[in-house]
Amino acid sequence: MEKSGIFDMSRRGVLAGGAATAAVTTIPGAATARAPTPAEPRSATVSLTVNGKRRDLELDTRTTLLDALREHLHLTGTKKGCDHGQCGACTVIVGGRRINSCLSLAVMHDGDEVTTIEGLGTPGKLHPMQAALVKHDGYQCGYCTPGQICSAVATLGEIADDIPSHATGDLTAKARLSNAELRERMSGNICRCGAYSNIIEAITEVAGEKA
Amino acid sequence: MKPFSYERAHSPAEAAKAAAAHRGAKFIAGGTNLLDLMKLEIEAPAHLIDVNHLGLDQIDKTDEGGLRIGALVTNTALATDKRVRRDYGVLTRAIVAGASGQLRNMATTGGNLLQRTRCPYFYDTNMACNKRKPGSGCAAIAGFSRQLAAIGGSAACIATYPGDMAVAMRVLDATVETVKPDGAERTIAIADFHRLPENRVTLVDLSGDQLRLDALQFFVGNALLRNPLHFRAQQFFKLLRCRSVCRLAL
Repeated sequence: MEKSGIFDMSRRGVLAGGAATAAVTTIPGAATARAPTPAEPRSATVSLTVNGKRRDLELDTRTTLLDALREHLHLTGTKKGCDHGQCGACTVIVGGRRINSCLSLAVMHDGDEVTTIEGLGTPGKLHPMQAALVKHDGYQCGYCTPGQICSAVATLGEIADDIPSHATGDLTAKARLSNAELRERMSGNICRCGAYSNIIEAITEVAGEKA
Repeated sequence: MKPFSYERAHSPAEAAKAAAAHRGAKFIAGGTNLLDLMKLEIEAPAHLIDVNHLGLDQIDKTDEGGLRIGALVTNTALATDKRVRRDYGVLTRAIVAGASGQLRNMATTGGNLLQRTRCPYFYDTNMACNKRKPGSGCAAIAGFSRQLAAIGGSAACIATYPGDMAVAMRVLDATVETVKPDGAERTIAIADFHRLPENRVTLVDLSGDQLRLDALQFFVGNALLRNPLHFRAQQFFKLLRCRSVCRLAL
């Protein structure tokens, strides 16, 4: 059986981080108990940079990033739809990549940079993607719209970064923008009103302006 | 969701130690499967070990010319890697065939391999399920679903493994590396990593299921892919399978 090199990798990481002795860091409040009482809630201190502003929170460890944004920071633009990662209404951008904030614990994002719909544009100064959805009537009830817009902005970034999708033909060629690509890449955002065609038109227009 | 304590681990060995030290502990990486199950209280870990900071987020070339994929490489990063797209295209195809862009940005290689079945009877806590509660029976066998085992099932379970990525890993004959709390490293062929229900030791006494438990508890390692040239020269049979999978994924 060959040596796997797991520790080579971890040694490099530890040396690079200069934290050879800090093997395990326990969040305050969750420090000592080895067999916690099941009913006892645990809290943790979490620092997030949300839309460029640092926010410090004391949260139950069970709090999702979505609930931290909505219930604790009152950024209610991000929506709770299915709460199980299937509908995309909760989409936010963390470290430049779109994620489902409902399937992520806030405590796991300590130190992370989060962008929500409130950070993309304001009523007086819309983000180009927001303006395009208004122009193309890319919504009806509007509930999925913040997630659609965050997802669309990140999708154009993913194409620019040459990330492939299920609609990509040649894997060795650079990812290209097309109607089929946009439909596939936006498939994690459900619109119950069925505004998909208009949403794709809006994204295509923004992508065209960028190109 | 049941309350839990939380810690961040910073090396594979420490993560494995923490798992051994806390009864009912689970690793969390992307969390896309585990948190979903925790919300439904199908999973109720007393302690979560955040393994996102172990440094296992690199794809390295091995001396043999293959690739060593860190357990924490995201699905997006693995599917995007130029070497994977060129030499192991079936892997990229399999990954992008699943989930959504958002989920692939969160989900990791290790978590993907360890995801739980999507059997609807496993998800419904009113139903008997030997996987959720060993010994309770299997409501799926006499139930109604189109996504369960036609082959490979047993009298105790017909759950199927839900992932696409592992199928590509199997086609490519990948190897999984794990580390135990005492620091012992182990390699497991991907063919042995997931087991058919008919091959399980017992569904009633999971303590006898050492291999599986070891793998679940201490998978904080890597996935290894063989040298693609070696693979093409010597694995002609499997290359054919690889192509058929490619066609299906398209």
